[in-house]
Amino acid sequence: MASASSLAASLNPATPPDLTARAELREIDASTKWPVIVFLLSGLVWLLVGTCFALISSIKLHTPEFLGDYEWLTFGRARTAHLNAVVYGWSTNVAFAVAFWLMARLSRAQLRHAGLLIIAACFWNLGVTIGIVGILAGDSTSIEWLEIPPYATPLLFVAYALIGVWAVITFRFRKSEHIYVSQWYLLAALFWFPWLYSIAQIMLIFEAARGTVQALVNWWFAHNVLGLWFTPIGLAAAYYFIPKVLGKPIHSYYLSVLGFWSLAIFYNWAGVHHLIGGPVPAWVLSAGIAASLMMVIPVVVTAINHHLTMVGNFSALRYSPTLRFVVFGAVNYTLVSLTGSAMAIRSFNEITHFTHFTVAHAHQGMYAFFTMVMFGAVYYILPRIVLKEWPSAALIRTHFWAAAIGVTLYWLDLSIGGWLQGLEMNNASIAFLDVVRHTVPWLFVRSVAGIIITIGHLAFAVNIGWMLCARPPAGATTPTLFRNPPAMQASAVR
Amino acid sequence: MNRGPLIFLGIFLALAFSWTGVVLTNQIQYGSLTPYYDANEGKTYPDKPSGQAERGRLVYQDLGCLYCHSQQVRRPGFGGDTERGWGDRQSVARDYLYERRVFLGTMRTGPDLRNIGARQPSADWHQLHLFDPQLTSPGSIMAPFRFLFEYRRIVGERSPKALKLPADYAKLHGLDRTDYELVPTPRANALVAYLLSLKDTYEYPEAKPYLPPKKEAGSK
Repeated sequence: MASASSLAASLNPATPPDLTARAELREIDASTKWPVIVFLLSGLVWLLVGTCFALISSIKLHTPEFLGDYEWLTFGRARTAHLNAVVYGWSTNVAFAVAFWLMARLSRAQLRHAGLLIIAACFWNLGVTIGIVGILAGDSTSIEWLEIPPYATPLLFVAYALIGVWAVITFRFRKSEHIYVSQWYLLAALFWFPWLYSIAQIMLIFEAARGTVQALVNWWFAHNVLGLWFTPIGLAAAYYFIPKVLGKPIHSYYLSVLGFWSLAIFYNWAGVHHLIGGPVPAWVLSAGIAASLMMVIPVVVTAINHHLTMVGNFSALRYSPTLRFVVFGAVNYTLVSLTGSAMAIRSFNEITHFTHFTVAHAHQGMYAFFTMVMFGAVYYILPRIVLKEWPSAALIRTHFWAAAIGVTLYWLDLSIGGWLQGLEMNNASIAFLDVVRHTVPWLFVRSVAGIIITIGHLAFAVNIGWMLCARPPAGATTPTLFRNPPAMQASAVR
Repeated sequence: MNRGPLIFLGIFLALAFSWTGVVLTNQIQYGSLTPYYDANEGKTYPDKPSGQAERGRLVYQDLGCLYCHSQQVRRPGFGGDTERGWGDRQSVARDYLYERRVFLGTMRTGPDLRNIGARQPSADWHQLHLFDPQLTSPGSIMAPFRFLFEYRRIVGERSPKALKLPADYAKLHGLDRTDYELVPTPRANALVAYLLSLKDTYEYPEAKPYLPPKKEAGSK
């Protein structure tokens, strides 16, 4: 249907240029359809699996007898299965889906040989599945963020390389003269991740470095997975969707250049702040702290760019699901990054290190920022590739409020609980078991927050399933919005 | 900025910068650190782990103990590690030389374990604690590791390693049959051997025990 209409449009000289461009975009969207759907649906399955393991681990931490007799569900394994399911299952799959769609659109190039990409997607998900089953069976490496056992990682690496190369090929076939800031972020992320992953695998597992050099490699990798893989994808999406939905250009082109390069230079040194106080050379810690503080530059610059684009258009948040999710994510990016810089300062780190404060911080980054931006992107992309509208605005609303309230509660709760835990832990006159007991109420509230978030995920899954199963609409449709805007064109705010 | 190759070069150099700085430089600086030879005692430190402790390390790894327990003592005055008795001195890089995988950890839901072998040298205590943490540490939120133990009929003599449960606990949980005993599996024994091996009770020139009275004025 898409190609027929675009053919007619291109043949008819009377077609206005805007319509031609729209027809072209439609064809590009159509070329990404199956890879994006495969990545997205696999991501969705992992999101639900990861959420289950999250709830199990969370409950175990305040009620240790819960499922206490199952070795494969012991806290150390369930928690690790959760992390790997949401990081390599959900987040990476949805990042691929969004990255490919964005790359094709911004390059104005169709995705070629999508079938190969689907095979790569199958290999990736096979690797993650083997990895998580391996973790539950007791083959975890116990290296944070790299727990997937060594028999599954080469598969992951090859699948990733194939996927990354495909994105670069799409970029090479670009028809657009200008390279938009989102494309820089996408290219950088797709290049950085395999480098990080292969070095970490070699220096930690296949030819392990000696002593605490391992810890440095570990945190160079683990923090950079956040900073140089998920963050750039999240920012690429935010840089695309905020101006797109509002129908106005980004606040400042110059600032987006500055933000990108300062992130590229400073973020990758910052990871060693996870080792402050540890048995590694002091100079590298100081360098990591300095880099963490320098991160204020890209964060503030990006914040100015995103938030000033929004200024004057806040009413659009009432209508557009995409915008609401993405802006929620962008605001949290600012907050989580500034907190992160503070956490690298030695006197602050002395309290927050080794506590639940760090857990709150990680979830604010991976969920309140990255995942929320990805949700927003999915609400925009999916109707355009399946040519159907979201069946239920109420489910989108449920999803948004459950996710937003849930993760905010999670973050506030564990930030306060973790801070108090840190203060008590540094005071040797309080018995350690009392410190543990005092964390229990906070951990309990965390489980409540987890249940609220789960409700949101179920609404998201039901809406996607419903949408894919629904019959295609007969005629023209209007986008599903939270409510219909009175004065604005519906298409402009979706 | 519209030049693809230039952008790519920048992207490459950015990560090359930290890869060189954080990874390669440190690997060169102390990646081949050697054990310390103590001329007075005529032996080198740190101690090499025993075979059983090494097997126990793998149990520690597969159960994910490091997600709640760190293995590093921070210097006196930075956090409360030494005041809590988690170690006499701060941990240094040399302590970890023989560890095929280093479990520094980033979380202290439970206490630091760097010197647990010195702080709690009783194997019986560790067996009971692993079987049910409430037995030794009421109010703990540690997971029970009952699956590392076997409740079995006594054949011949009682095993010397059989757990000595308090009578009321045994009765409450139906573990009080006189012809049965509760014994640790080889994995539990290995894990306990590993925990008991965790102790940095020697000194290096770069790391002496902390002497409480001499608090440095300028230290923060």
